[in-house]
Amino acid sequence: MENNIVLTARGICMTFPGVKALDNVDFTLRKGEIHALMGENGAGKSTLIKCLTGINDFEAGEIRVDGVDGPVKNRSTLDAQRVGISTVYQEVNLCPNLSVAENLYIGREPMTAFRTINRRAMFKRADELVKRLDIHVDVTQNLENYSLAIQQMIAIARAVDMNCKVLILDEPTSSLDDGEVEKLFTMMRNLKEQGVGIVFVTHFLEQVYAVCDRITVLRNGTLVGEYPIADLPRLELVSAMMGKDFDDLVDIRPEGYNDRTFDQPEIEARGMSHRGTIKPFDLDIRKGEVVGLTGLLGSGRSELARVIYGADKNQTGTLKVAGKEVKINQPIDAMNLGMGLLPDDRKAEGIIGDLSVRENIILAMQAKRGMFRLIPRAKQEEIADHYIQLLQIKTASRETPIKQLSGGNQQKAILGRWLATDPDFLILDEPTRGIDVGTKTEIQKLIIKLAQEGKSILFISSEIEEMIRTCNRMAVLRDGAKVGELDGELTQERVMKAIAGGSKE
Amino acid sequence: MNTLRKATRQQLFLPIVCVILVLAVNMVYDAARGAGIFNFFHIYIQNDLLQGRLINILNRGSEVAILAIGMTLVVSASSGTDISVGSVMSLCASFCCMLIAGFGVSSVESADQFAMPIVVGLIGALVMGVFCGTFNGSLVAYLGIQPMVATLILWSAARAIGLLLCNNLIVYIRVPEFGIYGGYIGCVPTPIIIAAACVLVVSLVLKKTAMGLYIQSVGINKKASRIAGLNSRKIIFICYLLCGLCAGIAGIVASSRITSADSNNIGLNMELDAILAVALGGNSLGGGKFNLAGSIIGAYTIQAITTTMYNLGVSTEVTPVFKAVIVILIVAIQAPPVKAWFKKHSAAKAAKKEVARV
Repeated sequence: MENNIVLTARGICMTFPGVKALDNVDFTLRKGEIHALMGENGAGKSTLIKCLTGINDFEAGEIRVDGVDGPVKNRSTLDAQRVGISTVYQEVNLCPNLSVAENLYIGREPMTAFRTINRRAMFKRADELVKRLDIHVDVTQNLENYSLAIQQMIAIARAVDMNCKVLILDEPTSSLDDGEVEKLFTMMRNLKEQGVGIVFVTHFLEQVYAVCDRITVLRNGTLVGEYPIADLPRLELVSAMMGKDFDDLVDIRPEGYNDRTFDQPEIEARGMSHRGTIKPFDLDIRKGEVVGLTGLLGSGRSELARVIYGADKNQTGTLKVAGKEVKINQPIDAMNLGMGLLPDDRKAEGIIGDLSVRENIILAMQAKRGMFRLIPRAKQEEIADHYIQLLQIKTASRETPIKQLSGGNQQKAILGRWLATDPDFLILDEPTRGIDVGTKTEIQKLIIKLAQEGKSILFISSEIEEMIRTCNRMAVLRDGAKVGELDGELTQERVMKAIAGGSKE
Repeated sequence: MNTLRKATRQQLFLPIVCVILVLAVNMVYDAARGAGIFNFFHIYIQNDLLQGRLINILNRGSEVAILAIGMTLVVSASSGTDISVGSVMSLCASFCCMLIAGFGVSSVESADQFAMPIVVGLIGALVMGVFCGTFNGSLVAYLGIQPMVATLILWSAARAIGLLLCNNLIVYIRVPEFGIYGGYIGCVPTPIIIAAACVLVVSLVLKKTAMGLYIQSVGINKKASRIAGLNSRKIIFICYLLCGLCAGIAGIVASSRITSADSNNIGLNMELDAILAVALGGNSLGGGKFNLAGSIIGAYTIQAITTTMYNLGVSTEVTPVFKAVIVILIVAIQAPPVKAWFKKHSAAKAAKKEVARV
């Protein structure tokens, strides 16, 4: 093995029922480099990573790790950690009901002389670790008390602390806000200095160019190529990923879109609130309008949407839908008023993992019809096929359990679920999180199309860029309260200023 | 080869194999005894009644099969089990007999001694079952108490309440009209008909409505189901209610079988058989996806094992030991690591064959 190479994978093959997930893929990671692994949904990024970490049992090929003689065959993540490969996944895989410290040291707790867990030492070490990484938490608190972003950082801290040679970050930034991303990058650069090789999987192109040294591109389970970052500018990266030239910066607004006027009110919220999550707010959304909710992570964006939808019941205030005052006690009430909510936490609140893609797509529509009016099987299949095709969901068949799909395709199926209910008012909470560039643009176009059909959209995204491209108006949130609205010409700078606060708009 | 592989992937494959195995043991034993290889499967009519070991299994397994229907739904929706069904069966039987005989009467010899017509007793038993289901369902669905803890209450209390209702007596109703539900209609044992009817009705409901989808969806992901417009609590509640109703029906059958309400013995430990039936059917006790047919096969497998024990002449005291051994085997065969091993083994074999052919 070459001196500066820390990990090589050669000729990796892996098949899932009906899908060739990886076909003869090579991958090389050097010491002290940050290596981006890029590709669309279902290109095989997560599968390759799972092969490296022993979760998937690949069929052919070999993996070599620096310091280990001969090919490495990891049978579990524990094996992988032993040879120095640590991973932080897209979705946080920690135990929310244990303390931060326990999560950091689970499986390798410091022991006392009596073979019991030395809690004091554990808390002390945990505290030192989080301080060193500049994460502000009380390590004795349960993990569930902290935001998704903090949980993600704890997961990274856990991986970092295991003296790893190879650190794999699978979409670590998809739930972090800009400040937190910067902190993570600092952490990554530090580790790089120490000679750790980092594999970085992300859908944020600008992040790739901010930290990475090298890029490996996969497409449909095959290797497209490995490039030094300087040789592969943004546009070429996108075309390498998609296999065609693509400009993700074109204006997607059709002619006349900006000149539309809105007069019919769809949603009128007055003084609605939910204790502990969102302070009383007023919000108007008119027919055919796309309203964006922006603010830092944890500023109450999702929470505001959840109160309108009845996922969290409002404790104060009133709501009018299409001019009529309504009471929403639970989501089904909102659905019957023509609403839909695509939640941000896909794993916990979106997919029904063991059910098929078909069942997941028709679920909300069936719920609206009621238990006794079953949608005929043929009709179900027709609807499922329609949305699989429309949203280009990559799945072996419509009867595949949705949990076998890649994250982005799951998200598309859930989006299909809501489109099938033909909503008048659709709340999209991070609909493009973890979705590749091409599909992202497709979804943005879809939003604009829906708006042109007279549907109202409440759009939440951490990416200001895509909000600017689609929204007619934006509401700004800070610390659990709505602090203002932006309309007219939306620019990145204006939005950033509004989010940051200080100077009045 | 391809169809075989497809068949082995079905959830019902292993449960059916297990039943066949149990039956095969009997065949071999009978053959070795010289009693004829199909002795076990011999069905005949004697005294105008259908007889034979298979009929016996179907007949005696009815109560567990009926309970397994409700248990399957409860397990799927709530990821927990209803351990009160055996006791609730006993309570329903007692309530039924008490209504018919009148409070404090220990024995009824003819129809003119009835305090109330039989049909009132039957309806009473069903209502009592539904009531118990409502109680369990409220605790689990609306108060969020863990299923095992919530149903533990009636597990210990229901049997005793039944005894109180019967004034601490075993109430006998020695009237042929009451014995019919555990006896025969024509030449067919009534419990078989009742169990078949229950299975049929529930299967039809599952097939013709979205109930199956709702229950599985809630069982797999309660939060996501709620966002998608399902009333998770109501669905879990309904499952417990139906489970109680099933216990009521099973209680009537069991009580009619012995034409009495024996609080101490009716449905004793039967909740465990019902849970086992669900597991033997290849259903995960962790909830989510379920297969009703699997549970029913599981229920009859348990009865088949018991009958086999009698056939082999194992004494009643040691029967549980053998039963335990067989259950361990059946559950182990269906465990994922064993399944994976089989799959690998057969794949390797197929590959070898392929090489040989080339």
